Amino acid sequence: MPRPLLSARLCYSAFLRCNRMVLWLLILIPLLAAPLAWMGQQWSRHAARWIAIGALSIDLLLALLLWSQDHRFQDSGHGSWLLESQTNWIPLWGISLHLGLDGLSLVLILLTAFLGLIATVASWTEIQVRVGFFHCNVLLALGGVIGVFLAIDLFLFFFFWEVMLVPMYLLIAIWGHEQRRHASFKFFLFTQAGSLLLLVAIIALALLHQQASGRPSFDYADLMGLTLKNGMGWWLMLAFFIGFAVKLPAPPFHSWLPDTYTAAPTGASVILAGLLAKTGAYGLLRFTIPLFPDAISEFAPIAMGLGVMGILYGAVLACAQTDIKRLVAYSSISHMGFFLLGAFAGTELALQGAVMQLVAHGLSIGALFMLAGALQERLYTRDMRQMGGLWGAIPRVASMALFFALASLGLPGLANFIGEFLVLFGSFASQPFLTILASIGMVMAAIYSLAMMQRTFFGRKREARIERDLSNIAFGTLLLIAVLQVWLGLYPRPVLTTTMPVMETLIQPARPSSNLIHPPSEFLPSSNSFTSHVSAP
Amino acid sequence: MLRLLWLIPALPLAGFLVLALFGGRFSRRQIVWVGCGSVGTAALVTALVGADFLRGFPDRPSYHQTLWNWIDTSGMTVGVSWYLDALSLLMVAVITGIGFLIHLYSVEYMSGDDGYARFFAYMNLFLAAMLTLVLADNLPLLYLGWEGVGLCSYLLIGFWYREPEYGAAAQKAFIVTRIGDTAFAVGLFILFTQLKSLSIQQVQTLAADAWPVGSNLAVIVAVLFLAGAVGKSAQLPLQVWLPDAMAGPTPVSALIHAATMVTAGVYLIARMHRLFELAPPVLEAVAVIGLLTLLLAACSALVQRDIKRALAYSTMSQIGYMFLALGVGAWSAALFHFLTHSCFKALLFLAAGSVIHSLRHEQDIFRMGGLRRQLPLTFWTFLIGAAAMSGVPFITSGFYSKDWILWSAWSSPLSHRWIWFGALLGTLLTGLYSFRLIFRVFFGEVRTPPSGAPGVAMLVPLVVLAFFAVTVGFLELPRTLGDLPLFSQYLSHVLPTIETIPGMDESVEAHEQIAVTCSALLGIGLAAVLFLPRANVADRLAGTSLGRTLLPFWQGGWGFDRMYDGLIVRPWLHLTRESGEIIDRCYESLVVAAESFHGWLSRTQTGHVRWYAATVAVGALVLLGLFAM
Repeated sequence: MPRPLLSARLCYSAFLRCNRMVLWLLILIPLLAAPLAWMGQQWSRHAARWIAIGALSIDLLLALLLWSQDHRFQDSGHGSWLLESQTNWIPLWGISLHLGLDGLSLVLILLTAFLGLIATVASWTEIQVRVGFFHCNVLLALGGVIGVFLAIDLFLFFFFWEVMLVPMYLLIAIWGHEQRRHASFKFFLFTQAGSLLLLVAIIALALLHQQASGRPSFDYADLMGLTLKNGMGWWLMLAFFIGFAVKLPAPPFHSWLPDTYTAAPTGASVILAGLLAKTGAYGLLRFTIPLFPDAISEFAPIAMGLGVMGILYGAVLACAQTDIKRLVAYSSISHMGFFLLGAFAGTELALQGAVMQLVAHGLSIGALFMLAGALQERLYTRDMRQMGGLWGAIPRVASMALFFALASLGLPGLANFIGEFLVLFGSFASQPFLTILASIGMVMAAIYSLAMMQRTFFGRKREARIERDLSNIAFGTLLLIAVLQVWLGLYPRPVLTTTMPVMETLIQPARPSSNLIHPPSEFLPSSNSFTSHVSAP
Repeated sequence: MLRLLWLIPALPLAGFLVLALFGGRFSRRQIVWVGCGSVGTAALVTALVGADFLRGFPDRPSYHQTLWNWIDTSGMTVGVSWYLDALSLLMVAVITGIGFLIHLYSVEYMSGDDGYARFFAYMNLFLAAMLTLVLADNLPLLYLGWEGVGLCSYLLIGFWYREPEYGAAAQKAFIVTRIGDTAFAVGLFILFTQLKSLSIQQVQTLAADAWPVGSNLAVIVAVLFLAGAVGKSAQLPLQVWLPDAMAGPTPVSALIHAATMVTAGVYLIARMHRLFELAPPVLEAVAVIGLLTLLLAACSALVQRDIKRALAYSTMSQIGYMFLALGVGAWSAALFHFLTHSCFKALLFLAAGSVIHSLRHEQDIFRMGGLRRQLPLTFWTFLIGAAAMSGVPFITSGFYSKDWILWSAWSSPLSHRWIWFGALLGTLLTGLYSFRLIFRVFFGEVRTPPSGAPGVAMLVPLVVLAFFAVTVGFLELPRTLGDLPLFSQYLSHVLPTIETIPGMDESVEAHEQIAVTCSALLGIGLAAVLFLPRANVADRLAGTSLGRTLLPFWQGGWGFDRMYDGLIVRPWLHLTRESGEIIDRCYESLVVAAESFHGWLSRTQTGHVRWYAATVAVGALVLLGLFAM
């Protein structure tokens, strides 16, 4: 065997052996690179950017390596992690540093690292002040996001949940556009209110576990085994739902989004729409649905209704916008509505579609925000009434915008189509009427996407000024996203097979007791005594 | 050779990719080589594949090829797989053949345009999507092609993007057809939920087993599919986009809005014929929609000033004939009319394009005239096309296909007598509007002198298409005239042959044919009376009070545009004009409430000791009072 190949082999097997460390590496690399990026500002203008790119590339590479062990995904599901790492943290309260990786989290981590790179490239020309601190915040937020995708101890999860929030707030408040103060406050208040609900619910769950088994626990597997009294389950589920739905966002908790997405700098918009929304989605899939199976079966039609409402409401408002970034922001609400519809449809097909929608939407929305940012950088406005006829002036921006407008209207052959269609196919089996309403969203998506193209790039040109077109790097990045869109649109198998085992277990949330570390029967007293416990005080 | 099937859609797709990525750097000659070359090669491959297929035909009635699994998850398996049978081979042959001719024509027609590479890229992409549509083995793949052609139609209608009206027309086309497409998609959801399959062949077999004839589900699914077909094929009530779609360059109108894409609805219904046969009421609706569209569009075609709009309405009318044929169960007749229509309508559009090109983009027929001597070849080819469209007996292809449809409307048990009479009236109107164009454009005095005649690249497609517009009809000769059922035998392996009511023998058919022929000739004669410049009856008719009310009504397409504008577009615009958001306003009012509350409270902090003392005293009194109670 040739020497380089041999050494690659050796590295690879070493990598496999320290797999558990890999989970921590995924989180720590961006977190540790963050202060480095801040300091890097002193050395050179671009040092911070290159540090961010380096850290995220390593993360992406690690995640890709994990993904290449494809065969092992067949038997990973809830409660059986592909990779797991557990260290005691505060044993008294049942808190541990518990990370777990399965198909769902892996796909989302891949998306995170990739979109992180996109966000860095998107900020290359836009961010010129406090470059180091900007990238420091980006890396911190991304580290938090990856932590959210990996933590399966609810306390740790909440920790990362908050870690990603503060840098996000700073990104908007410092580097944002005109309305940044208002927007960042609104963002912070909404998400903080959601987090508060979530925190209360998490603590309640831990305490309920204490009542049931004598010791508090924040561990996912323990809490999965918890039998909840009906009313209690309902309220906790609602708190978990709202906490995550705010991030998604689903109406009526979406109102922070248009202001925030619009005021944020391009890079932060990419992260907000591409990733922070996904943490909400991930929370719903990972926690809300499996933790409260009984309550969910009653609540599902309402959640699906909210999803449809999001689709239509978002689309109608997207049609009403004159600010191109607001239009994209509202279209994002509409697209995440498809996720909500699919996530609660209760069929595997719809769930698979919902996950596909996450990935596809992350890619398309990232690109659209990049393009909106490029327009703003060139024209100093986001108002579409002052644009028009730009196709001839900046053909690269225009052709890419056309491509991603088509992706966002769900053109078959691109990734968004797979997501939306699987969701609709899967949901039709459980809620035909809602699904038909949701499909009207496809017509509306055509209306706002094409109107955006028409008002911006077609028609007569307003000014004779010559703008410079996209740089090679930006164009190449967008082209790469486009290639990914086409690839996943024509061959979505890699994503679908990775997440399939997770989704399979999600539709039968009956607790697989053999998988649990603490089988519920050992610790749980009969439901009667449990109820008396609760009603005692 | 059959294994090369995948190349047929792949070649234009490759052409598109090359032109989209590197077209900006190519010279015109290179663009032509890529754009036309890819389509020409696809046509050649079609010939090879077709020859190979026909060698084994009819022992091997279909050929199946799977490239890869597109979607394969959770009980849904959809492949990127092709299905070649007599029907799809016919479609592919027409698409690549006429597609190549129109590409060739565009080389010259578009030569002065600065979007040369973009034009050929879009055209290539269109062909790839259209070929995917007709070769698809399963419904999602068909849907991919279906949306793909819609996209290319949008891009090409709005090709001259600097004109805002053209952009509006493009959007209208896309959105109106997407309404139909969405209904079609819901049909797919029902089919899959009920039958767990999306393969075109399999799902129909399953449906035939599971659903009795006339069952609710079959009717609902068929209606939804029909909505999709109606949108794409510009039939009532989703026909409003087609006349506006003429904003695109003329070769686009010829290829997309006449020869291929607009007939996709016909293909869909023929392809799903076993499903439609389970729903007799829907089949009847297909016939009625076809009849209504053909009459309404014919009237509108009669009064248009713009030559391309007149041709667009004539396309709607001719596709109406195809729908009518499908509805009465004359599946092969519909496809035969598709074949002849593709030839003569592409010819008409290209000839019209040649006129427009020579007159420097003049499209108003009232500013044309006398071009017979100036553009002789264009005149003769246009004449052949118009003759074929109006069904001049014995020598044109349109006669044979339309005669077959009318005979089916007369003799099919699924038809009614009034359908036949309506269709007969249609033949009269067809002759009238076709020859109106001839007399207006090519006769009389010269109003706009042409600036040069078309060159070779434009003339060759005209001549070839004119040849086919005459000869392609001889593929199927009725019993009374030679009895050569080549075409119906070829398609009988895919589509059921039509039944006839007993007692419909050759003498009845001969009488029926004479009636049809007379009607068509009467239409042409009437056109001569009305529109020959010397007679000038038409203008006098238009001056009457009836003429003055009917003329704008027909010109505007029977007021459908205005109706939709009032019912849908305006309410929608009103809905979306309110850019403030209700839910957001609720949250923002919270902020306002908190701020005013805070202002109200802070006003109590006056800094006056008297005020504080007073409030303390009052507060203490209130508290004491409360305790006392």
